[in-house]
Amino acid sequence: MSRPVSITLQNSQDGIAIANAILADNPEAQRKSFPAMTKIDCPGRLSILADSVSERLGREWDPQEIHMSVISLSGSVDEDDGSFTLFWR
Amino acid sequence: MPVVSLKPGYSGPVRDRVENFHGAYLVYVHWEGHLNFCSAITLPLPPTTPFAALADEILPSLYQADPGWSGVDLAAARWTLDGEDWSPDRTLALGEQGVGHKSLIRFWTA
Amino acid sequence: MVARKLSLKQKYGHFTRGLDWEPSYQKQEDIFPFATYEGIKIHDWNAWEDPFKLTMDAYWKFQAEKERKLYAVIDSMAQNNGQLGITDARYLNAVKIFIQGVTPLEYQAHRHFAHLARHLPGAGLRVAAQMQSIDELRHCQTQIHTISHYNKFFDGIHDFTHMHDRLWYLSVPKSFFDDATSAGPFEFLTAISFAFEYVLTNLLFVPFMSGAAYNGDMATVTFGFSAQSDESRHMTLGLEAVRFLLEQDEANVPIVQGWIDKWFWRGYRLLSLVGMMMDYMLPKKVMSWSEAWETYYEEAGGALFADLARYGIREPKYADVAKAEKGHVSHQVWSIFYNYAQAAAVHTWDVDDQHLDWLREKYPETFAQHYEPRYRAWREQAEAGKRFYNDGLPQLCQVCQIPMAFTEVDDPGTISFRVSEHQGEKYHTCSDGCRDIFEHEPEKYVQAWLPVHQIFQGNCGGATLPEVLDWYHINQGADNFDYAGSPEEEQWNAWMEGRRPAAFPAAAAE
Repeated sequence: MSRPVSITLQNSQDGIAIANAILADNPEAQRKSFPAMTKIDCPGRLSILADSVSERLGREWDPQEIHMSVISLSGSVDEDDGSFTLFWR
Repeated sequence: MPVVSLKPGYSGPVRDRVENFHGAYLVYVHWEGHLNFCSAITLPLPPTTPFAALADEILPSLYQADPGWSGVDLAAARWTLDGEDWSPDRTLALGEQGVGHKSLIRFWTA
Repeated sequence: MVARKLSLKQKYGHFTRGLDWEPSYQKQEDIFPFATYEGIKIHDWNAWEDPFKLTMDAYWKFQAEKERKLYAVIDSMAQNNGQLGITDARYLNAVKIFIQGVTPLEYQAHRHFAHLARHLPGAGLRVAAQMQSIDELRHCQTQIHTISHYNKFFDGIHDFTHMHDRLWYLSVPKSFFDDATSAGPFEFLTAISFAFEYVLTNLLFVPFMSGAAYNGDMATVTFGFSAQSDESRHMTLGLEAVRFLLEQDEANVPIVQGWIDKWFWRGYRLLSLVGMMMDYMLPKKVMSWSEAWETYYEEAGGALFADLARYGIREPKYADVAKAEKGHVSHQVWSIFYNYAQAAAVHTWDVDDQHLDWLREKYPETFAQHYEPRYRAWREQAEAGKRFYNDGLPQLCQVCQIPMAFTEVDDPGTISFRVSEHQGEKYHTCSDGCRDIFEHEPEKYVQAWLPVHQIFQGNCGGATLPEVLDWYHINQGADNFDYAGSPEEEQWNAWMEGRRPAAFPAAAAE
């Protein structure tokens, strides 16, 4: 069983779109709801794809915008122009 | 092992040297088995304080906040001083019977 | 020819390493005098890159947006009398602990990350430290702005900076950060960025921010979210900085391990005040301290240290003690604040039956046996008009500075006394963890400004309690004593009465 990575997002418009994109693009991801926030756990690795979020938001979304929505995360971070990934080395 | 420091030989003022307490020692007292008093109590006591004053005045003034204190017989209590068994002498001053700066006195009553 | 946009990686490189240079007429060790004395060996500073690849232009943009959103909420809360929406005025005591104890630490962090932004030899780390310095100042400011609204109506908030530097329980957080800021840059990164902001962060954030959410304090929730988005960068800095140290040279491993042991324990002891807050001061509870420790340390920390094992790092020393104590510490700290309510700028109160039920359920192995009888006895005394107060000043731990109310792991009826000798003087500590810290660097801790000892040296305004409370700037009869009978309680009851519909007929008496 792979160690879980996780990300906790605000339940803002952007945060909800990001959460939905994660769940759609990472089959083993699981959602847990809390007041005003959503936590997503996933074994080993989780990727947020910019195109996937953009589609859900109806506008161009840049992975650096994650700073506006993230509350907490667990795992090492890798970010580039098209995606934001959490993983354990 | 000395503390790792930018300049070797680092040291600073010892803030609780006995000289800073105007003739008193710090003495810690604790009534075992009564954690309604959350911790040991810190007292500034001159070493010339007779044990009788501690037993008859100071400890009662602190511990009578517990309704059970009225039934306590300190003469029958068991004492330790700095981790060793202790039989305090009422007629002697604290400083004459082993109590020093930052000593810890613990006592158990029936 | 179409102008090509730089990739994130390229832009980051230009804004960090690209703006750095090799000194040509001054020595590296003169420019960076703090870089080697701790014994840490770094062979390639450029091996550290911010995984978020955040550059100053993006930083300003995102942070400005966060500020705009946050201040709109603070304004709205003030205009709409948001203080009426909290569950109960007792909740405010959690906010008081926060502004008195935590907010000044944000300022200390701001100052010290500015120091690191100058003194770390790597450009990537300097930029990340610079951003964190501004983040921490922003956290300090936004906390003050948010909580200033409560200052209009509630006690104990009015002079938090003065109190932070003087009050007996506030020397606990203050000395924690003083210890870190008087250490070298690598110890500071391990202590604060890694141990506090990565390993232990959820044990500060979840109790306060979820506590705010559950108790109707939407301003604090909003501040919390605004800050937490910065915290994910801080957490990442902590984790990646520690990895970087461990990867640069094997000689760094035992040094870092020693710091992890020390700062896990210091952070854990500091958090016992948060455990008290979450078990006692939240009218609507989020979870127990015991549950929080299990979720956010035992489970999450377990995964983390399993990951770091590849470098030769093991779990912190005395993690087993923290686990063994999780059924006790919050109750022991509440007992401290109950004992000394007359000398504190937060209220405590007698625990009602509903609360006793919750505590018994959450702590099935410890509460009914060790703490419920004490609380019931205290409640009886209060009902008889003799509310219990401890007239003696407590014995403080030389290292964590908390009153020594913690008990032996195998005997919850016996205080855990530890003592060390250094140059002919005795030093008392509360635990093996604190004793080890003392004995490793006694020259540091013999200098501790212990509030109780300072009172007896005559340095705290006088020999009587009222004089000391004056020196603390405690508004006597308002900030201190029990919540029952306080001006705050009277005000709260009047507000709640005012909200009840006047037209309803009174219920018939039985």
